[in-house]
Amino acid sequence: MRRKLDVTEGEFTLLRNRFGRLIAGTAASAMLFAVAACGGDDTEAAPSGAPAASSSAPAAASAKVGLAYDIGGRGDQSFNDSAAAGLDKAKAELGVEVNELEAANGETDAQKEERLRLLATGGFNPIIAVGFAYSGAITKVAKEFPEIKFAIVDDAAEGANISNLVFAEEQGSFLVGVAAALKSTKNSVGFVGGVDVPLIHKFEAGFEAGAKAVKPDIKLQKKYLTQPPDFSGFGDPAKGKTAAEGMFDAGADVVYQAAGGSGAGVFEAAKAAGGMAIGVDSDQAKTADPTVADVIITSMLKKVDVAVFDFIKNFTANTVKPGITVYDLKAGGVDYSITGGKIDDIKAQIDEFKNKVISGEITVPTGA
Amino acid sequence: MSPQTPDTFVNRLLGRIKLNGLMALAAPVLAILFAGVITSVVLILTDHPPVDTLLAMVEYGSTPRSLVGIINLASAYYLSAMAVALGFRMNLFNIGVDGQYRLAALIAAAVGGAVTLPKPLHIGLILIVAVAVGAAWAGIAGVLKARRGVSEVISTIMLNTIATGLGAWLLAQWAVPVAGSNNIGTNPIPESGHVPSIPLIPGAPNEVFGLFVVAVLVGIGFHVLLNRTRFGFNLRSTGLSEPAAVASGVDVKKMVIVAMLISGGMAGLVGMPQLLGSSYSYSLDFPPGFGFTGIAIALIGRNNPIGVAFGALLWSFLDVSQNILSLEKVSPEIVTIMQGVIVLAVVIAYELVHRYRIAAEQRRVSRELSAPVGMEGAAA
Repeated sequence: MRRKLDVTEGEFTLLRNRFGRLIAGTAASAMLFAVAACGGDDTEAAPSGAPAASSSAPAAASAKVGLAYDIGGRGDQSFNDSAAAGLDKAKAELGVEVNELEAANGETDAQKEERLRLLATGGFNPIIAVGFAYSGAITKVAKEFPEIKFAIVDDAAEGANISNLVFAEEQGSFLVGVAAALKSTKNSVGFVGGVDVPLIHKFEAGFEAGAKAVKPDIKLQKKYLTQPPDFSGFGDPAKGKTAAEGMFDAGADVVYQAAGGSGAGVFEAAKAAGGMAIGVDSDQAKTADPTVADVIITSMLKKVDVAVFDFIKNFTANTVKPGITVYDLKAGGVDYSITGGKIDDIKAQIDEFKNKVISGEITVPTGA
Repeated sequence: MSPQTPDTFVNRLLGRIKLNGLMALAAPVLAILFAGVITSVVLILTDHPPVDTLLAMVEYGSTPRSLVGIINLASAYYLSAMAVALGFRMNLFNIGVDGQYRLAALIAAAVGGAVTLPKPLHIGLILIVAVAVGAAWAGIAGVLKARRGVSEVISTIMLNTIATGLGAWLLAQWAVPVAGSNNIGTNPIPESGHVPSIPLIPGAPNEVFGLFVVAVLVGIGFHVLLNRTRFGFNLRSTGLSEPAAVASGVDVKKMVIVAMLISGGMAGLVGMPQLLGSSYSYSLDFPPGFGFTGIAIALIGRNNPIGVAFGALLWSFLDVSQNILSLEKVSPEIVTIMQGVIVLAVVIAYELVHRYRIAAEQRRVSRELSAPVGMEGAAA
C-alpha cells in the first residue's frame, strides 16, 4: 500500500512538471502571438522608425539580410533585442529585406549550422549570427558558401568571408564601475553576472577595476546566477532579485547587473532596498519597467545595434571587410548612459577616466 | 502476464497493459488525429494556413540533409528515452538522465582528450568512461533508495542540479579556450577517438553519426534483456507488484540498484553520438536537456523499443523542421505546442481506447451473466 502511494506521487510530480512546462510554453506562445497581433510585425522598437523610409529607400540596396538569434531571440530586452534594433534600423533606413530565425533551448551545433545553411540557400546575403554559440557553425557554413558574407557577434571565428563584431565590454564596465564607486556612500558595491562564462568575466573584471580605480579599498560582492550549461541565469528575474537582495542586505548600495533578462529582478531588489542599480547592454533607464527605472543610475551600453547596422550598411556599400572589428570605447561601441540625470554630478570625473582609457593611459583587464 | 497486471491508470499509461487487434491500431491513429486537429486550430487562430505550414515542414524535413539531421538527433533522444523507459518498467522514475549524460559526456570528453590510443581502443575507452560515469551517478540515487528509502524522483532531480554545479567546476578546471572565441571547452579528442560517420542517406551531403549503431544495439539489447532474461522478468514483475516479486524470491533492493545502474549507463551514452561524431569536445554549448526530452519520448513510445524509436524520430523531425517555420514567418514556438500536444494526445488516446476496452469487456461479461443459466451459477 505504501509503495503504491509512493508511485502515484512520483508519477504525479512527473506529470505536473511536464505539464507545467507545457502550459508555460503554451502561455508564452499565446502571449507572443498576442503581441505580434497587436503590434504589427516590425514596428516595435525601430529606433528612428520612419515608416515611409523603407518604401522610398533606393532600390539598389535590395539586400536580403538573414539574422540568426541566440537563445531568447527578439524580446529579451537585452542582447538579442539590441541586435534586433540594429536590424530594424537597417530595414527602415537602408530598405533591406530581413528575415530572422530563432534558436531553441538545448539545440545541437548541427541545428545551428542548419539554420545558417537555410538562410544561405534561401538567398540571404549577408547573414548575421548573434552570439558566440554560433562559433563552430558559422566557421563550417561560411566555408560552404564562399560568395556570401557572414558576420558573428561576440566571437572571433575565422574565415575569409566572416566579419567578427566584438566588443570591449570591460571598458564600458570600467566606466560604470567608476560611477558605482563614486555614487556609493557605504563604500560597498555588488556585481550580478548571469552565467559564469568567460564573456561575463569581462564585465566583472572591468567593473572591479573601475571601482577600485576610484576607491582602492571598496568592498565588492560578486555573484553568478547559474553555471553553464544552465543558461537560465540570463532569463530568470527571480534569481536576479534574490542575489541582489543578498548584496543590499550585506551593505552594498550600488549593484551592477550583467545578467540579461534576470536584470529586471536586480532592479526590483534595488527599488525595495532603496539602493541603486546599473543596467547593461541597452539604456535600461529607458527600456526597463517604468516602476523601477528610477533606481537605474546608468547603464553600460554595448551597442550591438550599431555593429549590426554598420555591418549591413557596409554590405550595401560593398565595403565589408572580413576579420575582427573591435567595438571599444574609442569606436563608440561601448559607453555609459546618462538618461535620468542621476550621474550628472560625477559625469566630469567619469569622462576623465573615459579619456584615459581611450588614450591608452589606462589598460582595463579583461579577466582572462 | 497481462491477466495479472492490475488495470490501473499508471499501468495503462506506461504501456504495461497491451491492446490487441484493432484497438492497438486505433490508439496511435486517434493520437495523431487529435494532435493534428489541435495544432491546426492553433495555426488557424494565429492566422497561418495549417495545411501549407505542415506541408512546408514535411517538405523541408524530408530533404536528404534534414533526414540525416533527424536521425542524428534522434539517436541521442532514443538513448535518453530508453534509459528512462528501463526505469519506468520497474516503477523507477529516473528523472536524472539529464545530469547523468551531461556529467558522463564531460568526463568522457576530458579523458578522451587527455590520452592517445589506437583507434578502436580510444573510442572504447571513451564509451566505457561515459557508461561508468552515468551508471555511478544514477547509482547514487539507486543506493539511496534501496538503503534509505529516498524517493528516486527527489534524489535524481537533486543530482541533476549537483551535476550542473560539479560539471561547471570541472569544466573550469579542465577547459581550454576555444581558439579566439568566448567559448571554452575540454581539450579536443584527437583523431583516433573520432567515430567515422556513415553515408546512410543517399544524396545527402552530410552523414549519419557512426554511433547511431549504438542506439540501435541498445534498443535490441533492451528488448532481449527485458523479455528474454530472468533479470528482465524480475524487473518487470517488481514493477507490477513489489510484494508479489518479494514473495517469489526477488531481491527488490538489489533490483533497484542494478536497474538504476543500467539506466544510468544507458544515459551515459546519450551524449556520445554528438561528442564522438561532431563536437569532439565538451564545451559551453554542448546540448543540454536531452534527459527531459527523453521522459516525454518514453511516454509517447509507451516504453517499448519500437514505439520509442518512432517517438524519437517524430520529436527530432519536429525539432529539425522548426527552422523552416521562422523562414515562413510562423513562430517556431508552434513546434513546442505540437510536441506538448502529441504527449497529451498519446496519453489521452490510449486511456480512451483502454476505457472503451474495459467497458466493452464489462458489457460482454454482463451479457454472459444475464444469460438464463448464468444467473443461478453466479448467485451460488
